Amino acid sequence: MDKYIIAPITEEVTANLKSGDFVYLSGTVYSARDAAHKRLAEAIEKGEDLPFDLKDSVVYYMGPSPAREGRPIGSAGPTTASRMDKYAPALLDLGQKAMIGKGKRSQEVIDAMIRNHAVYFAAIGGAGALLSKCITKSEVVCYEDLGAEAVRRLEVENFPVIVVIDSKGNNLYETSAKEYLR
Amino acid sequence: MKTIDVSQITDTIKEMCMEANYSLSEDMVEALKHSEEMEESEVGKKVLGQLLKNLQIANDEQIPICQDTGMAVIFFEIGQDVHFVGGDLEKAIHEGVRQGYHKGYLRHSVVGDPILRENTKDNTPAVIHYSIVSGDQVNITFTSKGFGSENMSRIFMLKPSDGIEGVKQAVLSAVKEAGPNACPPLVVGVGLGGDFEKAAILAKQALTRNIKERSAVAYVKELEMELLEKINGLGIGPAGLGGRITALAVNINTFPTHIAGLPVAVNICCHVNRHVCKTL
Repeated sequence: MDKYIIAPITEEVTANLKSGDFVYLSGTVYSARDAAHKRLAEAIEKGEDLPFDLKDSVVYYMGPSPAREGRPIGSAGPTTASRMDKYAPALLDLGQKAMIGKGKRSQEVIDAMIRNHAVYFAAIGGAGALLSKCITKSEVVCYEDLGAEAVRRLEVENFPVIVVIDSKGNNLYETSAKEYLR
Repeated sequence: MKTIDVSQITDTIKEMCMEANYSLSEDMVEALKHSEEMEESEVGKKVLGQLLKNLQIANDEQIPICQDTGMAVIFFEIGQDVHFVGGDLEKAIHEGVRQGYHKGYLRHSVVGDPILRENTKDNTPAVIHYSIVSGDQVNITFTSKGFGSENMSRIFMLKPSDGIEGVKQAVLSAVKEAGPNACPPLVVGVGLGGDFEKAAILAKQALTRNIKERSAVAYVKELEMELLEKINGLGIGPAGLGGRITALAVNINTFPTHIAGLPVAVNICCHVNRHVCKTL
């Protein structure tokens, strides 16, 4: 089913998203990947203020290629989500409502998603040129020294994702592959 | 004897970085088009259609097909009658990578130390494999290897008694484990034989082979076809969302090995299997 939603998103919205839904996402999302997650985790551990508001936020596991002149961003597809599994539960417990990436998640992350009514979206891996067309604005929020791994605030318009794991823990990767198993 | 100024190497590598990241080889594009026709899953078909559209945009607008523009892996076959002048060859190669990644708006994805992890900010160094061959030519194969799929690559030191069935199990277990993480449809490079590192290099070289051409060795050709069929029976599908097309090809390269061993390296590549060849 096709759904159009605007980020940040609340748990009323995530409650209606089912594993397998096609979602066109507009609004504000934050990019963060390995190195940024490590710093966020350290900040949480030390009890420091975080550089952006996690409540109802959507994080995109992505580090873009540099933008050509006149473009907001370069190629901008998802990176493998499982590398963020170590850090994701703490962020979900602080109010993050959705993650965009690709690939499997750990049981700890899925448990934290259920506990916090969050969802995991997949964007198409390796379609970074196409996906960059749905990003209208990009600005670095923090950790600029990390280059491609800095946290960016992105404005997106009808950014195409698919609900892989919903807030009840239903997992499309498990159900869909079974259908075509020989 | 042929003399080559290393500045020519720098310029060549620079262009190859950009070419590899904006467009795929003809065999890859054809295989993706064909797989869109063959895919039975509606979602899978949709994903493949988007990947083809992505290739078109990347090509038209000269933006990288994927934001992970990889670590540069370069195979350098040097004719023994070639003499390099004008500076240090290896420095010239790295300089080509530096210039290509900068000029081409390609992502800097290399950290200078695996534990300290500070970005080198120019995507150097490249991983370079040299070999000396006869003649007076230099053959360069440039690949940009993304790490979503590199991370799912595996090496197995099998016993001779494991035989061909052991090889099949090894390849299938690596692909199953990779699942959606490695951005299917995949190209699976397999190195069979040699020793620990030779197997891995063979597997990476296998990824640079034309995916429409099968091995010239009869049993290897059969193995390539059987493994492709078995992989496509796993149901993983495009983007791991379910379907028939999990891999586009299995390319296997072999080498003699020790009486006690059967090394199998599985180098997994996503659908953005980038490689460019040039001869100087």
